[in-house]
Amino acid sequence: MRTNDIIFQTVTRVAVFLIVLYSLNLFFAGHYTPGGGFIAGLMTAAAIVLLLLAYDIKTVVKILPINYISMVGIGLLLAVGTSVSAILFGKPFLTHAYDYFQLPLLGKQTLHTAVAFDTGVYLVVVGVTLTIIQTIGESE
Amino acid sequence: MTLLHVAILLPFLFAIFVPLLRKYMPQVHTGWFVLLVPVTLVVYFSQFLEVTGNNEAILESVPWIPALDISFDVYIDGLGLLFALLITGIGALVVLYSVYYLDKHKESLHTFYVYLLLFMGAMLGVTLSDNVIVLYTFWELTSISSFLLIGYWNHKDGSRYGAQKSMLITVFGGLAMLGGFIMLYLMTGTFSIRGMVEQSEVIFAQPLFIPAMLLVLLGAFTKSAQFPFHIWLPDAMEAPTPVSAYLHSATMVKAGIYLVARMSPIFAESGVWLWLVGGVGIVTLFWGSFNAIRQTDLKGILAYSTISQLGLIMSLLGIGAAALQNDGGENIYIAATAAAVFHLINHATFKGSLFMVVGIVDHETGTRDIHRLGGLMTVMPITFTLAMVGSFSMAGLPPFNGFLSKEMFFTGMVNVLEMDFFSLETFGFLFPVLAWIGSIFTFVYSMRLLFKTFTGDLQRDKLEKEPHEAPFGMLISPLILGSLVVIFGFFPNILSINIIRPTMASILPSLITQGETFQVDIFFWHGFTVELFMTLGVITVGTLLYHTYPKWKRVYNVIPKSLELNSFYDSGMHHMQRGALNLTQGVMTGYIRNYLVAMFIFIVGLLAFVLIDTKSWNVTTENTAPIGVYEVILAIVTVVAAITILFAKSRLTSIIALGAVGYAVSLFFVLFRAPDLALTQLVIETVSVALFLLCFYHLPKLGRNEERMRFRFTNAIVSVGVGAIVTIIALVAQSEKLFDSISSYYIENVYEKAAGKNMVNVILVDFRGFDTLFEIAVLSIAAMGIYAMIRLRLARRNEES
Repeated sequence: MRTNDIIFQTVTRVAVFLIVLYSLNLFFAGHYTPGGGFIAGLMTAAAIVLLLLAYDIKTVVKILPINYISMVGIGLLLAVGTSVSAILFGKPFLTHAYDYFQLPLLGKQTLHTAVAFDTGVYLVVVGVTLTIIQTIGESE
Repeated sequence: MTLLHVAILLPFLFAIFVPLLRKYMPQVHTGWFVLLVPVTLVVYFSQFLEVTGNNEAILESVPWIPALDISFDVYIDGLGLLFALLITGIGALVVLYSVYYLDKHKESLHTFYVYLLLFMGAMLGVTLSDNVIVLYTFWELTSISSFLLIGYWNHKDGSRYGAQKSMLITVFGGLAMLGGFIMLYLMTGTFSIRGMVEQSEVIFAQPLFIPAMLLVLLGAFTKSAQFPFHIWLPDAMEAPTPVSAYLHSATMVKAGIYLVARMSPIFAESGVWLWLVGGVGIVTLFWGSFNAIRQTDLKGILAYSTISQLGLIMSLLGIGAAALQNDGGENIYIAATAAAVFHLINHATFKGSLFMVVGIVDHETGTRDIHRLGGLMTVMPITFTLAMVGSFSMAGLPPFNGFLSKEMFFTGMVNVLEMDFFSLETFGFLFPVLAWIGSIFTFVYSMRLLFKTFTGDLQRDKLEKEPHEAPFGMLISPLILGSLVVIFGFFPNILSINIIRPTMASILPSLITQGETFQVDIFFWHGFTVELFMTLGVITVGTLLYHTYPKWKRVYNVIPKSLELNSFYDSGMHHMQRGALNLTQGVMTGYIRNYLVAMFIFIVGLLAFVLIDTKSWNVTTENTAPIGVYEVILAIVTVVAAITILFAKSRLTSIIALGAVGYAVSLFFVLFRAPDLALTQLVIETVSVALFLLCFYHLPKLGRNEERMRFRFTNAIVSVGVGAIVTIIALVAQSEKLFDSISSYYIENVYEKAAGKNMVNVILVDFRGFDTLFEIAVLSIAAMGIYAMIRLRLARRNEES
């Protein structure tokens, strides 16, 4: 018997964006307030898991055609690349740099290489979580 | 690299080319090429006779591992040269003999000669090395090449058994010897034997003196087949006869004799040395000769005879050490050393020829059993003559060289009666008594060997072949050795100047001043001395015993088979293997539960021991924070949930209780002001509970009975122990903080240097980003692992269906 998930699916459509926004907030605010790549990655993954629960796996793959294993690889590359790039500037491995920039729209902001590193962490966490859940889900 | 080094390495170098010779010149017996090596070497080494005759020595050194004090030092003095000549001389004869003994079509000659050359080189290295580590290296090479040679016919069970036995025993001794050498190095700071001899007084005063001596002697005794390590030698008779003649009568078994002689200047000051070397030697002499009589295999007789003769030489070397105790006056104890050296040479000649004779008999009749042999005298007259010369010399009958060395042996043993040191006045009389009894047995088995084989009736029907005289080529080597027996018998003093005296000078260097030589003159006729009457007694009693052998051979059944040394060895091996197997099976049960119990017990025991041993159980409450209400409530929730996990009937309850514990922990993080941790813990706990539920859902229906965890007393004790010890250690560690935390640095610099305000995150990605890098690697590996496991399993399932 196919049950009607209309309420669940409708709520999900709204909630997913809120969760993703919250996770982005956690990610970008991580250097100043509680949060960071790890928990943000888990949050984003949670949003996608919610989608998986409301719809089936095939639909979600259609909505988000992402290869999560490559995502893990990209994340690792990003983290390692950030770390290695310090060597190119004659600094020890994993030395971060930051400076203040005048950006369009956003105004004066700091840009920090730690964010790139954290992005790597974020991608790995999202990729890992969804690889595990998807693999187990498809294994029936 | 001097010519001397090349000479020692020549057999090894030549061995490389032997397989090529065999392959490209199969029509010529490989042995002819190999013969070049020992002949060249014997000529080369004999030129040193003049040098050592003047009591001079030659030392050539090539650094090998200079950082460890190890250099390839070749040292030629009287003792070394005597052995080098024995090895190369008898080596040449054995190779010549093997050319006729081994069939060039049926046998894999190249392996045989490679092993033989390997052995020859190794033996030269043992006797000419001055550095003990190099000596040890060559020593083990002799063990290995001997192992290969004994197992040459590796399709036979007996060969493999004998090879393994000799390997185990000699390598056991070799390793002990290495230990002794290292102790000597610790005492003297040098690996050089000459260096050690110079410091012998220093060594004598040190506590490691006796252990070092015992270990070195263990090596010598196992190699030279001394009681009770002699059991490998009779089993080594499975080797081809040329090998038995070469290794197990003339050379390898004398490596132990060489070592004892070489180490004499270092250790012989001690009474333990005299008692041990002399005592073990004389017991071996007695036991070997006693057992030789019961053997029915010709090679068995010769094996036990070798054991007994080696014991004779060993006992003489032991007694010879008494010369060092004698101050002033004529030193009569030197005679023992002279006898040892002389008998060493004699034994090599007559035993080598006897082995070859036995090989001929075996080769021409197809058996070595003395019950099936007999009456070969008329068929094989030359072989019989050679056997007679060898046997009479071995028995100690005039006019052969064995007679002379046996007389000298008796002299040495009788002299023991005059010793009044090292408590020799108590049991010292046993030496001449055992020597005399051993000599009687020697006489008996020598006669049995000769007369049972060559006299009586020829039993043609029991022989596999029609017996006839051996080809002349096979007789050359025993003929040469036999003539040496006679020559040395009539003109013993030709050996004295160039060989015996310099050898004695190497064994007893402290008794001789520069430019002087020992006076050794060997005569047939001593006058009516004790020794002469002892020899007469040996002949009389020996003849009597020989003729009455059938009447008293039941003596050998007195010792039950289970008490024999061989069965000790066999059952020892058996029990060791069984014991190891039982131990492994007992400990390695295959149940993870047992391993975990073992690990936890070990952890608890170790930690408790350290706590008690260091008396560090003082717990203070000075640094602790006040306990709030929320913490108490949360702690109660956690404990209740944890206990629920243990006693829950359903697994579902356990999973939910575990989730409760996890959420409580995240609340603890909130309470202790760790928002990042609280967030992460919350999400991770949710995910892991979901995964647990997944596992629970997929449990097999079979045996999925809902029941409580079974109570096991050990588990309870161990888990309570682990909990208690971890708690105690946490309390103790909390009570003693020796340093301030380094966190103040992070607090000060989190914004200044890293441009962040969330200290946790800054530590994670900036200060200690390296850890994070590998933690995400861990996560990735976990994801890949799960992906691979599930996908691979699916793929396999699809394949099967």
